Amino acid sequence: MKSLEELKRIKEQTLREMDLRQAKERGKVVVAMGTCGIAAGAKDALMAIIDELEKADIHDVKVVQSGCMGLCDKEPTVEVAMKGQPAVIYGDVNDTNARRIVREHVQGGNVVADLVIKRENI
Amino acid sequence: MIRNQLLVCAGGACITSGEKSVKDVLVDELKKNGIEDEVQVIETGCMGACDLGPIVVVYPEGTFYQKVTVKNAGLIVNEHLVKGRTVGELLYTEPTSEMKAQTSGDIPFYTRQVKRVLRNCGVIDPLSIEEYIARDGYFALGKALEMTPDDVIRVLTDSGLRGRGGAGFPTGLKWKATREAKGSPKYVVCNGDEGDPGAFMDRSVLEGDPHSIIEAMAIAGYAIGAEKGYMYVRAEYPLAIERFEYAIGKAREYGFLGRGILGTGFNFDIEIRIGAGAFVCGEETALLRSIEGKRGTPSIKPPFPAQAGLWAKPTLINNVETYANIPQIITNGAEWFRSVGSAKSPGTKVFALAGNVQNTGLVEVPMGTTLRELVFDIGGGIPGGKKFKAAQTGGPSGGVITADYLDMPIDFDTLKEIGTIMGSGGLIVLDESTCMVDIAKFYLGFTVDESCGKCTPCREGTLQMYHMMERICDGKGRDGDIEKLSKLANVIKDTSLCGLGQSAPNPVLSTIRFYEDEYRAHIYEKKCPSHVCKHLLTYSIMPEKCVGCTACARQCPVDAITGEVKKTHVIDQSKCIKCGSCYEICRFSAIRKE
Repeated sequence: MKSLEELKRIKEQTLREMDLRQAKERGKVVVAMGTCGIAAGAKDALMAIIDELEKADIHDVKVVQSGCMGLCDKEPTVEVAMKGQPAVIYGDVNDTNARRIVREHVQGGNVVADLVIKRENI
Repeated sequence: MIRNQLLVCAGGACITSGEKSVKDVLVDELKKNGIEDEVQVIETGCMGACDLGPIVVVYPEGTFYQKVTVKNAGLIVNEHLVKGRTVGELLYTEPTSEMKAQTSGDIPFYTRQVKRVLRNCGVIDPLSIEEYIARDGYFALGKALEMTPDDVIRVLTDSGLRGRGGAGFPTGLKWKATREAKGSPKYVVCNGDEGDPGAFMDRSVLEGDPHSIIEAMAIAGYAIGAEKGYMYVRAEYPLAIERFEYAIGKAREYGFLGRGILGTGFNFDIEIRIGAGAFVCGEETALLRSIEGKRGTPSIKPPFPAQAGLWAKPTLINNVETYANIPQIITNGAEWFRSVGSAKSPGTKVFALAGNVQNTGLVEVPMGTTLRELVFDIGGGIPGGKKFKAAQTGGPSGGVITADYLDMPIDFDTLKEIGTIMGSGGLIVLDESTCMVDIAKFYLGFTVDESCGKCTPCREGTLQMYHMMERICDGKGRDGDIEKLSKLANVIKDTSLCGLGQSAPNPVLSTIRFYEDEYRAHIYEKKCPSHVCKHLLTYSIMPEKCVGCTACARQCPVDAITGEVKKTHVIDQSKCIKCGSCYEICRFSAIRKE
């Protein structure tokens, strides 16, 4: 370690690894991980969402899991709740759809209309 | 790819209550579910809420699981991480509202604290220097090295930081005196000989955030012109020693210790010295002798360590908690430091909350917080519906704060005014069933054992005081004892060389000041108002309640109870040894204790 530049580099790099422990205020993505969800591929959706957020360098959105939402037919289901906006529930979220949701909704701010199964009433 | 991190508290208390085996279960269950590559398990330093241990926090949700056992640790993996269901039974239930807290942000014990000294404890992996760096670690050292030593000391002086070891001496002044002292080489010493029974904030910092102390000592070395530092830790803290040693190794590897630090011409290194467990070695001059390999006895001041410390060279000695404040003061500035706390005692103070209080553990609050906030808001009040009586601060060198002072802001000066001291921050809550004479005797017994023996007033005087206290508790107190105790106490305070002797009579003086009536009851009425002192108790049987079940007579170890079946029993007071076994066995509350 010879300079502050080097120190900053380590800080940036480690902060990414510690990212899960930071407060994430902008919103959350909830993946339903009931037995039905897992059977329908919720695990793949979860990992795809985390991967896509990482690629888009988004660190202020929390990815959490929940139990079954009761829409077993539409699993895997994913809820996107951005602060100040109504929550949206998406169905049939496979790997491709999960990545679309991150890009279009979380990053772009536009609801992915063709995947929506329920919108929260304002 | 990591989707969740499990932070497992590996502070001393959690380890004692089974943290290691809980962690093993978590790791095993992760493997069984095939998600060991997605979920990371990290051991951290103390999270503070020691009576809730072992604690596991699941991120990114921040779900706070408490009292996790080997039996239910698997649920965190199989329910929370696999199925996305929060494990309700492991959440903390707030006693008054009976609400389940999801995260530590929902628990009053945490929300009312201001974490500065403990900011990394329970948040980072203490073995990871990278995580310390990610939390702005070693940037303060970098910044200090770009300043002049005088500017570093000026920031510290402006911050108003006072020594957290107990005496509250202005840290900036100490640094300035050591910098200006003539003599070379100079030394930097950290006092980690935390001896106050019940206080463990220094251990927590050393275990949970060791790099903060290394960084602070290096800054101190630069400021006073020293190249060598000594970390003095007591042998009773093996985990602290282990983690600090590991941290020194990492700091050397990264070039924060050694030669030419951060590309400058500054050289500094630290060695650990392990204390053998003498309370007196927390006194700075005794500690310095101990580092030199000599017997730990105090010496007269002046000369102060700043002039003639280790091997008679100028030496800077500060306490662990004091050092823990320093990197943040350099990074954020003096004004930031003064933004919390009181005018004359800025910053925060860590208290070790113990005794008759719901939530025990380490709490960090702004200086000037009231005892009421500490005991009732953060501590959750007194268990068992009992009333608050007093709080003991400063351990065996301190005194009591009574219920009358519950709303007094606590800082160095206010405590001194009422005859106690801040000390290292031990805070023992006492409820109404505590006998103040007995508690003073307990603390005095501690100093009698720990007096180094150099000064006669401390060695013999405290022992004489202890004998008098023993007599009073045994019901053999005599008229004039209170006056004799006070006189002897003041002689010991005036004629002892070091802080140990000068403060040893404090618990007695302080309890005489506020609870003289209890002393008088012991001496003149031969009664212990709190029913604690065994020899002052009388057990008798209330005839109207006794049904003659014979249970007490059978239980009595000295056959002092007589009586026939279904007839009132009687205790022979000449035989009774006051063991209390009749009181405990009686199912009809027929035994009176007074």
